[in-house]
Amino acid sequence: MKKFRLYALLTAVVMLAALVVGCGAGGEEKKAADAKEIIIGGNLELSGAVATFGTAMKNGAQLYFDEVNAAGGVLGKQIKFEVLDNKSDATEAANAATRLITQDKAVAIMGAATSGNTMGYMQVATDNKVPIITPSGTALDVTVDPNTKKVRDYVFRTCFIDPFQGIVMANFATNDLKAKTAVLYVDNQSPYAKGLAQFFEESFIKQGGQILAKEAFVPEDQDFKATLTKIKGLNPDVIYVPAYYEPVGKIVKQSREIGINVPILGGDGWDSPKLPEIAGAAALNNTFFTNHYSSQQDDPTIKSFVEKYQAKFGQVPDTFAALGYDTAILLVDAVKRSEDGTPEKIKDALISAKEVQAVTGKLSFDENHNPIKGAVILEMKDGKQTYKTYVKP
Amino acid sequence: MEEFIQQLINGISLGSIYALIALGYTMVYGIVKLINFAHGDIYMVGAYLGFFAIAILGWPFLPSLLMAMAVCAVLGVVIEKLAYKPLRNAPRIAALITAIGVSLFLEYSMMLLVKPEVRSFPQVLSDVQYNLFGSLVISSRQVIILVVTIALMLLLQYIVHKTMIGKAMRAVSHDKQAAQLMGISVDNTISFTFAIGSSLAAAAGVLVGIYYNAINPLMGIMPGLKAFVAAVLGGIGIIPGAMAGGFLLGIVEAMVSGYGKSLYRDPVAFIILIIILIVKPAGLFGKNVREKV
Amino acid sequence: MFQRKIGKQIAILAVLIIFWASVQAMVGLGIINPYYELNLILIGINIILAVSLNLINGFNGQFSLGHAGFMAVGAYGAAIITLKTQLPFGLALLFGALLAGIFGILVGLPTLRLRGDYLAIATLGFGEIIRGVIVNIDYIGGAYGLSGIPKLTNWTLVFWLTVLTVIVIANFVNSTHGRATISIRENEIAAEAMGINTTKYKVMAFSIGSLFAGLAGGLHAHYFYTIQPGTFNFLKSFDILVMVVLGGQGSITGSIIAAVGLTILSAALQKLAALRLVIYALLLVIVMLFRPQGLMGTKEFSLKMFRRKTKDKEGKQHGTAIGQ
Repeated sequence: MKKFRLYALLTAVVMLAALVVGCGAGGEEKKAADAKEIIIGGNLELSGAVATFGTAMKNGAQLYFDEVNAAGGVLGKQIKFEVLDNKSDATEAANAATRLITQDKAVAIMGAATSGNTMGYMQVATDNKVPIITPSGTALDVTVDPNTKKVRDYVFRTCFIDPFQGIVMANFATNDLKAKTAVLYVDNQSPYAKGLAQFFEESFIKQGGQILAKEAFVPEDQDFKATLTKIKGLNPDVIYVPAYYEPVGKIVKQSREIGINVPILGGDGWDSPKLPEIAGAAALNNTFFTNHYSSQQDDPTIKSFVEKYQAKFGQVPDTFAALGYDTAILLVDAVKRSEDGTPEKIKDALISAKEVQAVTGKLSFDENHNPIKGAVILEMKDGKQTYKTYVKP
Repeated sequence: MEEFIQQLINGISLGSIYALIALGYTMVYGIVKLINFAHGDIYMVGAYLGFFAIAILGWPFLPSLLMAMAVCAVLGVVIEKLAYKPLRNAPRIAALITAIGVSLFLEYSMMLLVKPEVRSFPQVLSDVQYNLFGSLVISSRQVIILVVTIALMLLLQYIVHKTMIGKAMRAVSHDKQAAQLMGISVDNTISFTFAIGSSLAAAAGVLVGIYYNAINPLMGIMPGLKAFVAAVLGGIGIIPGAMAGGFLLGIVEAMVSGYGKSLYRDPVAFIILIIILIVKPAGLFGKNVREKV
Repeated sequence: MFQRKIGKQIAILAVLIIFWASVQAMVGLGIINPYYELNLILIGINIILAVSLNLINGFNGQFSLGHAGFMAVGAYGAAIITLKTQLPFGLALLFGALLAGIFGILVGLPTLRLRGDYLAIATLGFGEIIRGVIVNIDYIGGAYGLSGIPKLTNWTLVFWLTVLTVIVIANFVNSTHGRATISIRENEIAAEAMGINTTKYKVMAFSIGSLFAGLAGGLHAHYFYTIQPGTFNFLKSFDILVMVVLGGQGSITGSIIAAVGLTILSAALQKLAALRLVIYALLLVIVMLFRPQGLMGTKEFSLKMFRRKTKDKEGKQHGTAIGQ
């Protein structure tokens, strides 16, 4: 009994301590907000299924914020990048956003990496009138309400939207590769992948092509050979695999292993130095994907970004790092032009962003809060991305 | 027909991985009646050890494999001593929760240690595709995985059935107290079981790393779960059952992906599990034991 | 205790009303900001989940690992009613809860013949099947999940539904049915020998537990605007299970304490990302090692615990006010 009471007491103490820690941390932030800092929130996937994306974005953004702070900050204040982990879960994203806005007093939020998690918290941001930018949430519905067709005032993105990339690739497949038949092999848990597949399909069929089959996988899969064997039997002209680089690497590798030699096509999720490592340089020959930029492109902005990133984190940046960096550029630019650093003014400044020089192009937003930028089509040759064509927006 | 045989090959190579992991599950369950949820994560740690040896230290395949197996064997024993042994007489659910805790701990401390991103193995094993009877394809790595798996299983069968420690393992799993009375050190035997199970998982990890060429800190969750399904399928606690269950599950998954809808693969695996559990709870190889009052 | 001390019940009700009203007032005055309000609501939802799972795992002794699946059924059920029909929110919640309860019966009937770990793995399998099927149905959003769900859940609703859940389950446990349910945990064969229809009571406990999990799912869906199948994976089931086990299987107050504590802990450690889960895991292992029966065991928390040392015998009687 005595022991029992002790435990009950212990529980109470632990809980109280947790509460105090929680409140204490909150209190500090509030003070900081009044001081010489501008708080920009990060609502990113640092653990869970897509932790890689969120981590790369955080690194990319941090890199730019550090540069700005070293150069004296913006509006005479230092930027504080407050990143919370949303555990790759929509509910946690809403939780994190509420904390960032009401507790940490963030004036704008970057994130989340996926469309799903962004949609999980955008209502929180809208209710509190704080602008958010998702670096890589490509689904149409993220910035436009599908029911009312109205643009969501406080939601922006740095990446392409799904239709653009899908259509560009479908055109490339019909015109340049002379493909008549295609198979879609889609990451089933990613709205991004499903969106690309849908628009590729529509556009491909419109141009007289035929979709032989639609197959799907889950990103945690290791072995794709069973489905690939089935695809091999259909003998398509091209295979479209809109997905992220980890499963893509395995799919390309395994399809070459079982003797599929037709071109394999994809989207910007492919862009990573990991892709040739996973798939193998030889297997990647005869594959093409759409992207925002090419890290081999002879552009001073891109070169300096790649160098700086490599120096700091010891690896070549992938798309997510680049998009994180660009999102930070857009945010700092908007804060600068907002003059007072309030969420409302930052939102207005974002809407009027014009030709902001970033790694993935000169960025402006259209009326649906999507960046206007062209796409490049890259071909993989011996493990190197080679520039194929540029498609205007 | 050709496609069917190709799918069979795919299924067997996938199944051999499940089988290797399932062996550890089944042995541990057989001896301490614990669903060791951390087992899939030991497989992940094994993959990273293999990666470390091959990519950073530049070791060849075989020494790397043995090193990963040895280190994971120690890891398995340490986990058993620290986390499971104190709970041997506690309610079983307490041990299960601890296993979940250990699993989370391994996943996320690994994530802190090696970063969440995916790593790829350097090519240590030559990869040659063999074409059989026209369009059937089998790769040299698939053959190596199969050979290593079968060799390890034979070794395990030998240890369990022909050696003293194997006899002790069987005795402890049959009746712990009686075994103790016969002078068998139950603690040592359980530790040994964990060591063997963990080293098999590590072997599976290294093989998967080399074969699929991509590893990450959360890679153990799904295969761990599937391997458990395989172990139950074959009859948990029964070593040949785990092997058969692993192969069977691999083949079923390949067939569902190949002839059905690939997305229904996981639900189908679990539906089969539930049917087996309801119709023949002791698994395909198990005998039904009436519970005594 | 429930029959004898009406005065005490009124006192408890008064305390609840005061607590609810003061939080409500503080929310209104802005002393409790939306972030704390969100965590209060999460705590409420987690209490409903933990207490309902405790009925299955703790009181009935049937080890279920699929609670998140029923939560998903409730969440989708309620959200579909709100999104596709014009029916009021209360009906949507009720529909979600009932749907989850029916699923509980459907899943429970075949699987509850299994025992122990087999049941655990079968329920885990069912949870994953439910999720796998949801991912494949485009009508309910597939992998995207459902979004644009109106925010109808609020503090008042969550608080009183949590209270309702606790009262219903506590009363069930203390009823004739409850005693039959508990007897199955203690010894299923003996219970059967005493003429208790074990299947009936197991399914009853399972479906009541599922029903409340569905209720929690409905509340969850209408607070966070979107639901995705990924939210309801087996890690979510583990989360709920951990609350039940940490608090003590067979202790309603234990589940409440653990749900409150873990929700706060999770929020407090949010900035630590991966390290948070390491701490969480270590805490779990340490508590299990030093107190495998959970913080409260099968006892219930009552103020009498803090009274001066009484004789051991007496203490035991006090400690088990509700549970047994």
